Amino acid sequence: MIPSFSGFGLGLRKPHYDDFLDHCVSVDFLEVISENFMVDGGRPRAILRDIRARYPVALHGVSMSVGSADGLDQAYLARLRALVNDIEPLFVSDHLSWSRIDGFSSHDLLPLPYTQEALDVVCANVDRAHTALGRSMLIENPSTYIDFAAAEMTEWQFIDALCARTGCGLLLDVNNVFVSASNHGFDPIAYLDALPLDRVRQIHLAGHSRGEHLLIDTHDQAVPPSVWHLYAHVIHKLGPVATMIERDDAIPPLADLLAELSIARGIAAGNIEEAA
Amino acid sequence: MSLLALQRDMRDWLVREDLIAAGRMGASAGPGLVVYQNNYRAQLVECLESSFARTRAWIGDEAFFHSAVHHIESVPPSSWTLDAYGRDFPATLARLHTQDPEIGEIASIELGLEELFVAADSTVIALEKLDNIDWDRAVLTFALSTRFLELRTNAFAIWSALVDEKEPPVSRNLDAPQVVLLWRQGEKCRMRPIDDAECQALRDLRSGMSFGALCRDVTLFCGEQKGVALVGQWLGLWLSDHLIVAIKDDWSAQPRTSSYL
Repeated sequence: MIPSFSGFGLGLRKPHYDDFLDHCVSVDFLEVISENFMVDGGRPRAILRDIRARYPVALHGVSMSVGSADGLDQAYLARLRALVNDIEPLFVSDHLSWSRIDGFSSHDLLPLPYTQEALDVVCANVDRAHTALGRSMLIENPSTYIDFAAAEMTEWQFIDALCARTGCGLLLDVNNVFVSASNHGFDPIAYLDALPLDRVRQIHLAGHSRGEHLLIDTHDQAVPPSVWHLYAHVIHKLGPVATMIERDDAIPPLADLLAELSIARGIAAGNIEEAA
Repeated sequence: MSLLALQRDMRDWLVREDLIAAGRMGASAGPGLVVYQNNYRAQLVECLESSFARTRAWIGDEAFFHSAVHHIESVPPSSWTLDAYGRDFPATLARLHTQDPEIGEIASIELGLEELFVAADSTVIALEKLDNIDWDRAVLTFALSTRFLELRTNAFAIWSALVDEKEPPVSRNLDAPQVVLLWRQGEKCRMRPIDDAECQALRDLRSGMSFGALCRDVTLFCGEQKGVALVGQWLGLWLSDHLIVAIKDDWSAQPRTSSYL
């Protein structure tokens, strides 16, 4: 089992590098996008080492492509392993999605049909990743815009089977649950209650936007009440867990994100019923 | 449909808007497929805009956007890192703008700097280690980030003016190619044009020639006094710029003729 970590953190983004390097910011951990630091050298690696000297760091990837039918990219795994060895992260995570096939890389988190074949592929890839990295990963539930007619199981059944077969942990993105539930018409509370909650080691909280037909997982807005509501529902069912605000676009001043993190702390402590 | 077939259909939809492939994913997938395709294209355009800001400033937003769209349609991304997507963009620009060769070269400068930013780190040589060196047998090791860029236009002058927010010169072809040396000094990306002699000296030393052999070649070509002064000037510059990261006393180093002559 992946060890638990209890605390509240943020995704580290460029506009806030100096804040974290020059001041003691009240967070328990930081999460970085792995690929931004899987480079040979230079300022990005130097910054990450400085950050790591001050805060626990979680590595969150977007390009492993655990759903690729033609397997994982060995060069990618080697670079990620080198970064893991260098940083000794709290967690290593990536998404339940695919981005690469036949040498093409979409650089987007593309959806999987929840079939037995896809489950076998993802389990085999996650097993290979565990071996290559020398540790178990967290897999994040995705936000999706397509519901494949060929699906043979629900997303939560797929995740439950994946965790059971590979021993991976779960990075629960509460915003993704809300976005997918809205897009595909399922009950997000039922989804959360059906997950293997004992596997959850980290939580993402984020905002989304309304597209023409669908909710879009844009991470460019504050966490909305609908997502706080789901967080309040699930946090008390979990054991010690690392909760963080994930913001990728329209990055606000750090103080705004810390204020959101205070709401998460309040909800988790039972001091705030739910954010307005 | 197998997972592999579905993923190939999705790729074909993203890369070339293949409606037959999209149709195989079901009628209800339509709105979602549009979202994925928008994300795919927007992300690649944004990547190119971010990596080639000076090139964009030089050719204008509209021409840049059309070039980016052409690139996205003809060169699908293949690396795990989005940072690699710009690698072929200077070549695309050169093909698209044959009458304006400086455009591709400005993009090459930007690409070179971006690659330099994350190139492998090198250690700095301590000056006290220079005391007991037998320079005749010394073999120099240069920073791993060191690279050369050959330009046939005044792209470097244009790029420099754009960086300094000054009026760029009119583009023109050079009488002879200009070589620009790129390297990283600590975390700082450095770049400067070098003349043919320094370029050849660096190429020879990087291919393993001893410092003594270089001195002999240069003095043969320039004369004793001028040659020694020139090599001494280069050495001082390379050391202060942190281009030299190691000096090995190579007993096997034999005088040999370089391509300098």
